[in-house]
Formats: sequence, C-alpha cells, structure tokens
Amino acid sequence: MSTTAIIINLLALGCLVFALVKDRHKTEQSIGVAVKSFIRILPTVFIIIVIIGLLMSFVPPDQISRFIGEQAGFGGLLAIAALGAVLYIPAIISFPLAASLLQSGAAVASVAAFITTLTMIGLVTLPLEIKELGKKMAFLRNGLSFIIAIVIALIMGVIL
Amino acid sequence: MRQDAARMPDKKKAHKEIIRGYVLFAATVIAAAIILWIFPDKVSAVTTTTWNYFLEMIMILPAVMIIMGLFSVFVSKELVVKYLGKTSGVKGILLAVFFGALPTGPLYVAFPLAVALRSKGASISNIVIFLSAWACIKLPQELVELQFLGIKFMAARLILTIIFVAIMGLFIERLIEWTDKKRIGVS
Repeated sequence: MSTTAIIINLLALGCLVFALVKDRHKTEQSIGVAVKSFIRILPTVFIIIVIIGLLMSFVPPDQISRFIGEQAGFGGLLAIAALGAVLYIPAIISFPLAASLLQSGAAVASVAAFITTLTMIGLVTLPLEIKELGKKMAFLRNGLSFIIAIVIALIMGVIL
Repeated sequence: MRQDAARMPDKKKAHKEIIRGYVLFAATVIAAAIILWIFPDKVSAVTTTTWNYFLEMIMILPAVMIIMGLFSVFVSKELVVKYLGKTSGVKGILLAVFFGALPTGPLYVAFPLAVALRSKGASISNIVIFLSAWACIKLPQELVELQFLGIKFMAARLILTIIFVAIMGLFIERLIEWTDKKRIGVS
C-alpha cells in the first residue's frame, strides 16, 4: 500500500472515530450513505479501469501525445478542455483516467485542462443552474470557468 | 406518509440507475473480452494495467466514501447558509472555498443552496466562489487526485484553482453589478 493510500485511510479512520464519539446515530447514518455511494459508483469505476486497460495497451503513446501531448499545441489543449466540459464523468473516476493519459504521453497542461473543465463546467447541470440562478450568472460562471481552466492548465504546464 | 410518497419515485430512480450502471459494466466487459479475443497478444497487457488501477482505486475508495458520507450527514445545509450569508471580504472568500470543498453532495444540491445564500444576503462573488469550489475543490476529489497524480500536481492545481476562482467570483460580481446599474439608468 502506498503512503498516500495509508494517509487517506488514516484520515477516514480519524474522521470516523471523531464522528462516533460525537454522535453514534449520525455516524451509522453516514456509513449507510457511504455504502450506498460505494455501490453506486463501483460499476463506473470498473468501466473506467477496463477502458484504461484497453487504452494503455492498444493506443500507442505517440498517438496520444500527438493529439494531447506537447506537440499538439494550443489546439489540442482547447479540444481536450472542450471534451472535459461536455463529458459527464464523476470527478473521482477522472483521476485514474488522467493518470493513465499522463503516463502514455499526454502533456501536463492537457490533463490539467481536462480535469478542471470536467469538474468545474457542467453542461448536463447547466439547465438546472440557469433555472435556479438565472441565465446571466450561469453562463458567466461556466464560460469564465472554461477560460480559467485553460489559464490554470497553461500555468501548470510551465511549472510542472 | 406524504414524505414517503415523495421519496418513493426517487428511490426507484436511484435503484434503476444502479442497475443501469452494472448493465453498462457488463457490456464493457463483454466488449473488452471480444476485443481481447481478436487480439490475444494484448491480454496480459490489458489485464495487468486494469488490475493495477483496480488495486490503486480499491485501496482508497471505501475511505473516500466514508469521508463523503460523514460530511454529508454531519454538515447541515443550515450551517453553510448561516456562516456564508453574512461574511464578506477575504474571510468570506476563504469560507466560501472551505464550505464548497466540504464533501456534501453533487453540484445540483448546491444550486438551491446558492439561492438560499443570496436571499440571506451573501455577495455574488461568494456565491460564485462557493459554487465553483463545490464543483471542483471537493475534499474526496483532492484525495483521489493525490493518490493518482501525486502531491505536486494536486497542490499546484488546487492553489491555482482557488486563486482563479476567487478572481472569477469578484469579476462576475462587478460585471453583474455594473450591468444592473446600467439597466436602472436606462429605465
């Protein structure tokens, strides 16, 4: 087990003990919520890791890096950011996918742009956002999010 | 009773969604099996990669789910509205990021909360920052990012996101205030 995994599990354990001391009933309720979320997200996790397995074995790294690697340039960055904005993948699952892309030749900037637009922009939830908060705020937030995702990605590409 | 009746279709829908997830998973496995049957030389590469990613995921997923479950039950919506409704300035920004980052449900839960915040007098910038933090700086997300992409990647993206989300919030606030003033001036 990696250090990171151990830290995450210790953190969960710490929270759990703290919660148990504070309120036993609420803690039981929380575990119920956790089990339900776990069952709900599990098939999607399985699907993604199978896709990762296929992706990394079948698509040669030079193909990936041609489209979203260093030599793909700004166009590749825009394309993958747009893809992230349109797709609706739970964030938790997008990280292993991002790691596999990075490992097979994608640029840091592309991967950062993809994750950032994926989480920050929700075309699926946009109608709801418009309904609740109005057109102006919803469009501004999602539109500007796209721009800052690109900026964040470009900075990350430079510093990492 | 009425509450039960209202919850029923929701429960049914959730149930259906779970089943759909597993059906999709089965379809993916079958598709993968067919592909590997055509390309038998790739079998070991695919199974090794998939197995490694599975291990990395399963080591942290239960812990992440427990953290999410605990926060969703223990942090009430009222608490968020109470604290965010009245703070402003740098403290307001930090609090908006903090409450947004607490793992308390998917993004669509945050929209009605944002509306409640606005009626409580929270500034537009805080609402935008809160929503954006809710969408992309969730604590469990950061933990999974740490596991798969490492501390440097995760920390850099986190810090940059907080900075730019804060700038975006302030900018949207100015813009909305400015256009509102203009409209009042015209009429």
